[in-house]
Amino acid sequence: MGVKQDNADPGQILPPIEQELSNELDPKLKKYLRGEGTNLEVLKDKKLKSQLSVREELYGISAKAAAKAEEWLMPSEGGYLEVEGIEKPWRINQHSISSEINISSLKNQHDIIIPDLGPYTLDFNSSGRYMAVAGRKGHLAVLDMKNMSLIKEMQVRETVRDIVFLHNELFFAAAQKKYPYIYNRDGIELHCLKEHGSVLRLQFLKSHFLLASINKFGQLHYQDVTMGEMIGNIRTGLGRSDVMQVNPFNGVVALGHSGGTVSMWKPTSAAPLVKMLCHPGPVSAMAFHPNGHLMATSGKERKIKIWDLRKFEVLQTIPGHARALDFSQKGLLAAGNGSFVQIFGDLSESQHYSRYMGHSMVKGYQIGKVLFRPYEDVLVLGHSMGWSSILIPGSGEPNFDTWVANPYETSKQRREKEVRSLLDKLPSETIMLNPSKIGTMRPVKKKEKQTKQEIAAEMEAAVEAVKDTAFKNKTKGRNKASKRAKKRKELIERVKRPLLERQLKEDEKLAKKPKISEKENALPTALQRFASKKATA
Amino acid sequence: MKVKVISRSTDEFTRERSQDLQRVFRNFDPNLRPQEKAIEYVRALNAAKLEKIFARPFIGAMDGHIDAVSCMAKNPNYLKGIFSGSMDGDIRLWDMASRRTVCQFPGHQGAVRGLAASTDGRTLVSCGTDCTVRLWNVPVATIVESDDSSNCTAEPLAVYSGNNAFWDVDHQWDGELFATAGAQVDIWNHNRSQPINSFEWGTDTVISVRFNPGEPNLLATSASDRSITLYDLRVSSPARKLIMRTKTNSIAWNPMEPMNFTAANEDCNCYSYDARKLDEAKCVHKDHVSAVMDIDFSPTGREFVTGSYDRTVRIFQYNGGHSREIYHTKRMQRVFCVKFSCDASYIISGSDDTNLRLWKAKASEQLGVLLPRERKRHEYHEAVKNRYKHLPEVKRIVRHRHLPKPIYKAASLRRTMTEAERRKEERRKAHSAPGSVATEPLRKRRIIQEVE
Repeated sequence: MGVKQDNADPGQILPPIEQELSNELDPKLKKYLRGEGTNLEVLKDKKLKSQLSVREELYGISAKAAAKAEEWLMPSEGGYLEVEGIEKPWRINQHSISSEINISSLKNQHDIIIPDLGPYTLDFNSSGRYMAVAGRKGHLAVLDMKNMSLIKEMQVRETVRDIVFLHNELFFAAAQKKYPYIYNRDGIELHCLKEHGSVLRLQFLKSHFLLASINKFGQLHYQDVTMGEMIGNIRTGLGRSDVMQVNPFNGVVALGHSGGTVSMWKPTSAAPLVKMLCHPGPVSAMAFHPNGHLMATSGKERKIKIWDLRKFEVLQTIPGHARALDFSQKGLLAAGNGSFVQIFGDLSESQHYSRYMGHSMVKGYQIGKVLFRPYEDVLVLGHSMGWSSILIPGSGEPNFDTWVANPYETSKQRREKEVRSLLDKLPSETIMLNPSKIGTMRPVKKKEKQTKQEIAAEMEAAVEAVKDTAFKNKTKGRNKASKRAKKRKELIERVKRPLLERQLKEDEKLAKKPKISEKENALPTALQRFASKKATA
Repeated sequence: MKVKVISRSTDEFTRERSQDLQRVFRNFDPNLRPQEKAIEYVRALNAAKLEKIFARPFIGAMDGHIDAVSCMAKNPNYLKGIFSGSMDGDIRLWDMASRRTVCQFPGHQGAVRGLAASTDGRTLVSCGTDCTVRLWNVPVATIVESDDSSNCTAEPLAVYSGNNAFWDVDHQWDGELFATAGAQVDIWNHNRSQPINSFEWGTDTVISVRFNPGEPNLLATSASDRSITLYDLRVSSPARKLIMRTKTNSIAWNPMEPMNFTAANEDCNCYSYDARKLDEAKCVHKDHVSAVMDIDFSPTGREFVTGSYDRTVRIFQYNGGHSREIYHTKRMQRVFCVKFSCDASYIISGSDDTNLRLWKAKASEQLGVLLPRERKRHEYHEAVKNRYKHLPEVKRIVRHRHLPKPIYKAASLRRTMTEAERRKEERRKAHSAPGSVATEPLRKRRIIQEVE
């Protein structure tokens, strides 16, 4: 009666188009599920189990809806570069690209040459629309990249080492000769941050509203720009370092040192979270992948290493110099060296970076900073004679989210966003290596007995803390040396006393509790008092 | 060579005229949102704090009675009105929006013990300790509203007298009959002056009666011999009887799950039962520190409100062991009756201090018409708070309620006593042969027996 179907499982019969779709959607689903579901089998509480299984189902439904939305509802498509035949992608230069693309993208390919004002460094705001440039000789400028217009430029007549936007395009901080300054978009100097000292590099942590700076003496400062409070003031003890980057995934600041170590810091602790030896020589540049798992470092020994930050081991070593490194939103790595910039990409999705494109500029131009522009296929190079903007197809995220970063933001939207991001400001204690631990339960720590070494260390620490207290100098003959010595001895004994008492108590407990042999252990608890015990020493 | 670069045209991404809405584009990719869990946690904390800031549940008091309010009734056809009866025989119909008396029904000589509105909402049935059952005509809404200043009084449609004082009355949800509780359970028809049927099981007074919302011929009663009895009108005999350790003051059926009912007991707990399986309570709701006097379910069937002798009103979830909310005021004395309004947004409590009080069911709810954006934001706050409400900082804020000192002390005393009992029981168990001491769950412990 019925027609025999090829598919074995009657529940899975789908029209062919839908089957194709469901195959395509599965890898996308994984992305939106954000990890695996919980194992509900271990739960004994039936009510909780049913409530949680409803929640898990909801997550599945929302992940499917998000995957479908990504499939059908995205307005823009990403860029790409496809070569035919024996052409190699790294031989293609900007000139040949410019003949193939539409006119509106051509304005993103330009060179701005300002020969006298020193090597340029630059920063973008989060939507990629505004760019702040700073020349070493004191030239500061804010530009609107959409309309290619200059918003404000000024000359501060001092060395400027770094520039960074704060949460908006309205405010930027410039690291000048003696102190960093915060300026308005109109060029008005708002704050002079004297506490930071002569800053070499500045970074801004967007979700925490923290301005991080490293100065000439190797001191790391974290300042909260909403209230102006200095959150962290850390003496790194590792000397002067020129290389500083923020990991956008978890908000830790990484410094590269001249011994080849990279250290990672958070504002609330005086010791680094991680210290890893990356290169035999000084670290010259560093960059973080936006997903937070990859880090690229380059050393003076002409190697670029790509690290996996979960296991802290090298994934790949690329030969080459790099004085500047940057990752794009889609994971392309730009390495700038001399007047040549090399772009690497993991083209086969295997986390193996291979050569993608390259660009060489006029010999003599020294590239100091490379920065990918967010949400555009553009790479901007800051060099000794100004800055250049080149096109790198496939480097930017084509679809932006209005609530995250909007290149077409109106002033009203910008004001609303400022207020909302202030409400969502994260406390500085949430900076940790693995931010997904927030919301999880801490595993129950069993109270372990302290080893002898730990006890000794504790006593020593207590004594050290008290040893050097200065006693008041008594007059009228009451300040005898023997009395002073006795007083000092008594103070140290007073500090040691609680620790000794605790130790004594524990020893007593152990001695009192008679050890029961295994035979008696087998008896039920109620009858154990009747078993014969052998008192052990 | 094929090249394509991201190029966006400004027209596609900005609005055409200033009257248009701004265009919004979404990309749900988690890679665009670093630190999303931390941000959600901060939002949950802020949502919990905002909820506490906006928590103002008390709306107003309805003043007018000159003796304690003993019973209330709601009219499902007219959501704005509520009937209340007091200990001196005064029955009033209140308009909740203006909090004023619309109509008075004088007539009872003693305390009014029970009130019920008929299915069509036109007749009000009341019974009292003067051994009478009175039927009243409820004035229609339109005439009443035009007539703001003068209070109308109504004449009873009919007065039926019986032999003993009546303790409670309830009307069928979908029929013509109503039942009174007194020395026995009587079933009446509107037009007959004598009950058409009478049930009795045991010799004690029946103190409350409730008809089942789903099954119009089933009713539950509670008597002063600590029992709960279920009657079936078609079979015209009592179906089941459940004897507990303490007296049940009031019963309420769950309107969404009509086989379940919850009983408000003298021992400060409420017990939810499945009417088909009475040997074990489904859930024990513990939080009051004195006898629970009255109970009413929300029309959603997901929550119920209880009023207790300890001067507080608590709201429980239908399957929750502890209350989600507590309302108290210095001026509110012993609460004798509570009702959940028919739109599930308000709670009315009638108490010893002659006032009816109107409260919000959700303390921080914004009343009135909400814009879709406001509604979405409230829903988002609720959802994000529920996701993180187990973490210590958020939990501390969400759980915090100010309790009056006597209630706080009484509750900690009860806790100490039950803890001590539990510890002793545990030790007894540990020192006896395994399996010889069986602990009965609380759901069964309070039941003495079930009788057919």
